[in-house]
Amino acid sequence: MDRNKDRRILVCCGTGCLANNSYNVYLKFKERLSEDAEIEVKPIMKSTGCNGLCEKGPVVKILPDEISYFKVTVDDVGEIVEKTIKNFETVDRLLYYDTNSGKRIKSHKEASFYKGQLKIALRNIGEINPLSIEDYMERGGYKALKKALDMKPEDIIREVELSGLRGRGGAGFPTGVKWRTCSEYKDQPKYVVCNGDEGDPGAFMDRSIMEGDPNTVIEGMIICGYAIGAHRGFLYIRDEYELALKNVRAAIDNAREKGFLGKNILNSGFDFDLEIVRGGGAFVCGESSALMASIEGNVGEPRAKYIRSVERGLWDKPTVLNNVETWANIPPIIINGWKWFKSIGTEGNYGTKVFSLVGKVKNTGLVEVPMGTTLRQLVYDIGGGIINNRPFKAVQTGGPSGGCIPKEHLDIPLDFDSLKAIGSMMGSGGVIVMDDTTCMVDVARYYMNFLAEESCGKCTTCREGIRTMLHILTNITEGKGEMEDIELLKEIAETVMEASLCGLGKSAPNPVLTTLEYFKDEYIEHIADKRCASGVCKNLTSYYIDENKCIGCTICSKNCPVGAISGRLKEVHVIDEDRCIKCGTCAIKCPRGAVRIGGMKVEA
Amino acid sequence: MSFVYEEIIHGYPKEKRYTLAILQDIQKRNGFIPREAMEYLSQYLGLPVSNIYSIATFYKALSLKPKGKHIIKVCSGTACHIRGSGTIKEELLELLGIKPGETSEDGLFSVEVVNCLGACALAPVVVIDDKYYGNMTKDKVKSVIDQYKEERVHG
Repeated sequence: MDRNKDRRILVCCGTGCLANNSYNVYLKFKERLSEDAEIEVKPIMKSTGCNGLCEKGPVVKILPDEISYFKVTVDDVGEIVEKTIKNFETVDRLLYYDTNSGKRIKSHKEASFYKGQLKIALRNIGEINPLSIEDYMERGGYKALKKALDMKPEDIIREVELSGLRGRGGAGFPTGVKWRTCSEYKDQPKYVVCNGDEGDPGAFMDRSIMEGDPNTVIEGMIICGYAIGAHRGFLYIRDEYELALKNVRAAIDNAREKGFLGKNILNSGFDFDLEIVRGGGAFVCGESSALMASIEGNVGEPRAKYIRSVERGLWDKPTVLNNVETWANIPPIIINGWKWFKSIGTEGNYGTKVFSLVGKVKNTGLVEVPMGTTLRQLVYDIGGGIINNRPFKAVQTGGPSGGCIPKEHLDIPLDFDSLKAIGSMMGSGGVIVMDDTTCMVDVARYYMNFLAEESCGKCTTCREGIRTMLHILTNITEGKGEMEDIELLKEIAETVMEASLCGLGKSAPNPVLTTLEYFKDEYIEHIADKRCASGVCKNLTSYYIDENKCIGCTICSKNCPVGAISGRLKEVHVIDEDRCIKCGTCAIKCPRGAVRIGGMKVEA
Repeated sequence: MSFVYEEIIHGYPKEKRYTLAILQDIQKRNGFIPREAMEYLSQYLGLPVSNIYSIATFYKALSLKPKGKHIIKVCSGTACHIRGSGTIKEELLELLGIKPGETSEDGLFSVEVVNCLGACALAPVVVIDDKYYGNMTKDKVKSVIDQYKEERVHG
């Protein structure tokens, strides 16, 4: 069985797959292969980082056969070994089911979820064992560092500058400009910082990179250190990201052993070392000046940026701070050159962006696409469309600082500038898809609630303004809104934007302003008609059954958790409004769409 | 038996920048930050207690009150929210008879409502200790909690 010699079985062990028991699948494969005397040459087993399609995990890939299996359980292992490993057959039922074409697909590369993607930052993820530096090096890892150490620092900075790379953390500031400015300050020591305090709800690309390919982040940071003349760096990582912390820690140790970190790196005379700082779970610490305050051992409050951190950052010394995804882009730029990078994407927005596509979309997971890919391509081609083929309502991008984009803008290219032009922002790349069962007033309320908790409290406008907006929005969702509230919300929103110090406060009103702009009807419906058409705001919702549509299948009454629906087989069913808890289960289960949503119950 | 926070504290150099890390370790080992530990740390680092206190109360990962045996984190990130995490949260709190941030009477469970655990593909998500429970439903909440309760009976 020589054909097994170069075969590899890759079991995804990212957080998503681990939650679905992938580690036991990995162990089962190991056990099954070790005890099977018939297989003379054993395939190489690897537990890898995230493959992106987390919803369909655990994902098992077999190379070079190019077979990908999804939702693999421990019980499937035996069959895979028998059929695929020994006899080179596929186990069809575990193959990817492509909702767009309605076919099962053997290689993940042909699945529409992966087709439109181009992987730069995620290039190694799912392909290598993150704990093995050799795996990383086999795929070209640390070659960029070697190349960089033979270059002049000035040339490295030029390369990054010319590539047009912009910070992937949200604001999109040109990375090369940051490096250049910092390199021009002669004050020592200087620092390099990685922002791994991913806090935007709905975004997890940084976690996946740190978990699945920690060495690329480290390599990017060392190159920057050499280019700007820094000798120390810090990675600020969320404490909740246990697997990321573990894998980055191991990668630092391995890099030190190989001589990529420490004194006299690769005999270049350049010293550089890295340290991990665990974040304390404060959203505001994703803001650069708050993050640095936190590393210094202070409360993570932002400061005014009259002086930029490239001049006086960490401990008042010149500091370059970039986000995880930005760092992951550095080694490929050094290896392939700025022209290559600039050939991808759109004018002024070069390269790719990683998005976490989540919410009411069929394929959820991590997606890396060239900048300028349209929202429609992302949601429909890659994401496979909306769950249950319901109508698309909006997507939310940019986390709590971003905005909601309605269907009129589905053809917008996804890049920093286009998103900003319509009142949203790229942010870290969370794309949350919403359908007609999502209430936009509730979404605005949700974000204000989030930000009210996360505001550090330093600026009065942010602290009190967000709380007041939350109060007004809560009233509206409970049926206590007044028409004047709409103007009042706008007024407060503008004040908070104007008078707050950091990015959190300045962008906090975005969810309110964009929903007011694009979904004003929903606000008016909540206030004037006391009705929430999405069935989310429970006070403004009632359910009733359309007599003309009900076929009396009894599915609704069987699924009602409180027994509020009565009716016999093949007869029209009725919902008892007094007993109904408005969970909406009947509306979801009804095969005929006969359950209708009405407004607030009118007292008889 | 009193908790040996001294050992953790002495494991770090006397530098202000380790304050958060030390407090995180104490939190992890002890479940909360005792007042004496903050006082001891203030002497060790030569910082006012108020300084330590401000950090212990600023960061969400730290708590001044004892926590339950099992920490339940209900994700309320956006992806989970629009897939119905609110209902999961209500069910859980009603089942345990507590509010977010509180500990159940039997000392078994503390519930924290957190913002995004980065497992959005599994939304809505509940994490108990370090185990992820994805695609949660109202019914699953009860059966999962019962499993933990029974473990206590058998253990």
